[in-house]
Amino acid sequence: MQGLDFSIVPEYWPLIGKGLWWTVVISTASAVLSVLAGIGFALLVLYAPPVVRYPVRLFMWLFMGTPLLLQLFLIYFGLVQIGIDIPAIWSGIVALSLHFAVYNADIFRAGIASLDKGQTEAARSLGFGAWRTRIYIVVPQAVRGTVPAVGNMMIALLKESSIVSMIGIAELVHSAQLVISETYRPFEFYLTAAALYYGLNLILEAVLRGIERKVELSR
Amino acid sequence: MNDTRPMIEVRGARKFFGPLEVLKGIDFSVARGQIVAVIGPSGSGKSTLLRSINHLETLDGGEVWLDGVQVNQKLDRRSFERHINGVRQQMGMVFQHFNLFPHLSVAENITIAPIKLKGMAKAEARALALKMLDKVGLADKIDAFPARLSGGQKQRVAIARALAMQPKVMLFDEATSALDPELVDEVNLVMKQLASEHMTMVIVTHEMRFAAEVADRVIFMADGAVVEEGSPAELFRNPKQERTRSFLKKFLNG
Amino acid sequence: MDIALIGRIVPVFVQAAWTTVELSLLSLALGLAVAALVAMLRLSHVAALRFAGAAYVSVFRGTPALIQIFLLYFGGPQVGIQLDPFAAGAIALGLNIAAYMAESIRGGVLSVDRGQMEAARSLGFGEGQSMRWIVLPQAAKLMIRPLGVNAVALVKGTALVATISVVELTYTAQRFIGSTYKPFEIFAVTAVLYMIMVYGLTLLVDRLDRAYAGEA
Repeated sequence: MQGLDFSIVPEYWPLIGKGLWWTVVISTASAVLSVLAGIGFALLVLYAPPVVRYPVRLFMWLFMGTPLLLQLFLIYFGLVQIGIDIPAIWSGIVALSLHFAVYNADIFRAGIASLDKGQTEAARSLGFGAWRTRIYIVVPQAVRGTVPAVGNMMIALLKESSIVSMIGIAELVHSAQLVISETYRPFEFYLTAAALYYGLNLILEAVLRGIERKVELSR
Repeated sequence: MNDTRPMIEVRGARKFFGPLEVLKGIDFSVARGQIVAVIGPSGSGKSTLLRSINHLETLDGGEVWLDGVQVNQKLDRRSFERHINGVRQQMGMVFQHFNLFPHLSVAENITIAPIKLKGMAKAEARALALKMLDKVGLADKIDAFPARLSGGQKQRVAIARALAMQPKVMLFDEATSALDPELVDEVNLVMKQLASEHMTMVIVTHEMRFAAEVADRVIFMADGAVVEEGSPAELFRNPKQERTRSFLKKFLNG
Repeated sequence: MDIALIGRIVPVFVQAAWTTVELSLLSLALGLAVAALVAMLRLSHVAALRFAGAAYVSVFRGTPALIQIFLLYFGGPQVGIQLDPFAAGAIALGLNIAAYMAESIRGGVLSVDRGQMEAARSLGFGEGQSMRWIVLPQAAKLMIRPLGVNAVALVKGTALVATISVVELTYTAQRFIGSTYKPFEIFAVTAVLYMIMVYGLTLLVDRLDRAYAGEA
């Protein structure tokens, strides 16, 4: 037992700060991609021909039934295996995006399914084609209703982005680990990292509340 | 009646919901065996008044007495909890939305309080439940679950549940307001029967005809105050206050 | 697909999956106990207790489970807590899921109609008695589904303890991927085992929910 000493934390701020920055970058990129891919998966599951629909459903089922960490290992080691050699950071972003895209797709699918059929009929009667109706009329409405649920997914994504530290990406947890290997002070630096995540989480919640209010007003 | 003390006495009852004063110093008392109907427009405070007799609402000022015991006396939290549970066992309360316990059968709804609170044996409690159900005409529903009953039947079971505690008074909070019109009579009939047995009752209602038939005394409330009270004959045929007149007129015409 | 490899590794992976099951059950038991306590704090009449419950939920839900595990396992010794990886993992996962389960329990209690508590109180039941005999039996049915969702998340979350070298399913998968360079075969075996647990549990929750929540 060596006792706790937080006074050494500021000394390592440059490294920690850099990690924090990368956590924000990776989370933001993955969040955007997971929403776009989620909408895509939802549309495919609902409207694509069976040859496409069933593989997508199988994929979703597979990714909902397994842990993110395992998916990260599969993508990180698997991409190299099939000849795609990209930096680790992209493996991390792909894993996070796909993992959350699957959950987002499930939310969007339910949102689209709950929409009034009259909307589709009205758009079709104006002369919109099937896909144009979906993209211009159905999706924008469905997405509005799913903002709170998708927001919860983004809150989970921010926290789970810490997992990409396991493949050596220098985000917040990984930076903390680097500092700890030098200082042997895990408690102080993990607690610091936790506090920074808590702060990021508060900011994200405030942002989501803002978006929810805006969407609520435009409904 | 040789005991002339009032059964229920309310003195200077005041209650605020935020900045809104919903009870502006109410005084009234109910004699033993008397039946009092409280009428008035919605938002007049009549339900709040009734609920504060049972201490489901805490008064901000004034006193409530039941049979010589102050209901809302100042005690520390723990003592008050013991006190209020004892007092409430002597008052039967019937709610607008019945509030039957959906996870319990009709028999269990009626017997849970006698068994758990009075330590009554199960067999004895069931016999009591049967007797109470017989009174409200639902003996055949003893093992049904509330979800299977009509609104009128639910309310009659709720009355049986309250009666099973052998209360000194019965409080009815808009007991027929949530019922379909054709189910109102069966509940009113049960209440009339209780009246004929000289149960002390306070009935908050919007049914003027029923109030006139069953009550010994009618209290008209508006804006958190008692505007006028008297026998049904006086109040309905010959109201003294303009406020009462306009309320009754609107009610009888509309 | 290297079928022979799959045949060889299955026994090892089944063994590892059993560790995942043990870990899940232990964390679930701890999580439920702590969650019940935290939910009671959240529903208390005393402002300080309510605040303590809210703080627990906010802190454990506002920070990554991975860091909670690291703090307990690596940081614990600094404050006099020495645990082996399995115990540290089970405790950290249990404390984490408790924050989510506490909200599921609280949600169930709050969704019982207020009139139920009033009716019980008007008969003379005390606050605790009303809770125990009237509100909780009804709330329990409403909690089945949300608590089930929490439990499924927990099973998937157990993979995190691979990072502190608990030899469970994901750790085993990682090791075999590193030694065989056959990520797809390893993923296939691991995924099947996880999905048996995850979808088996989902099915169980569905049946419980239909059996108990349906009638209310």
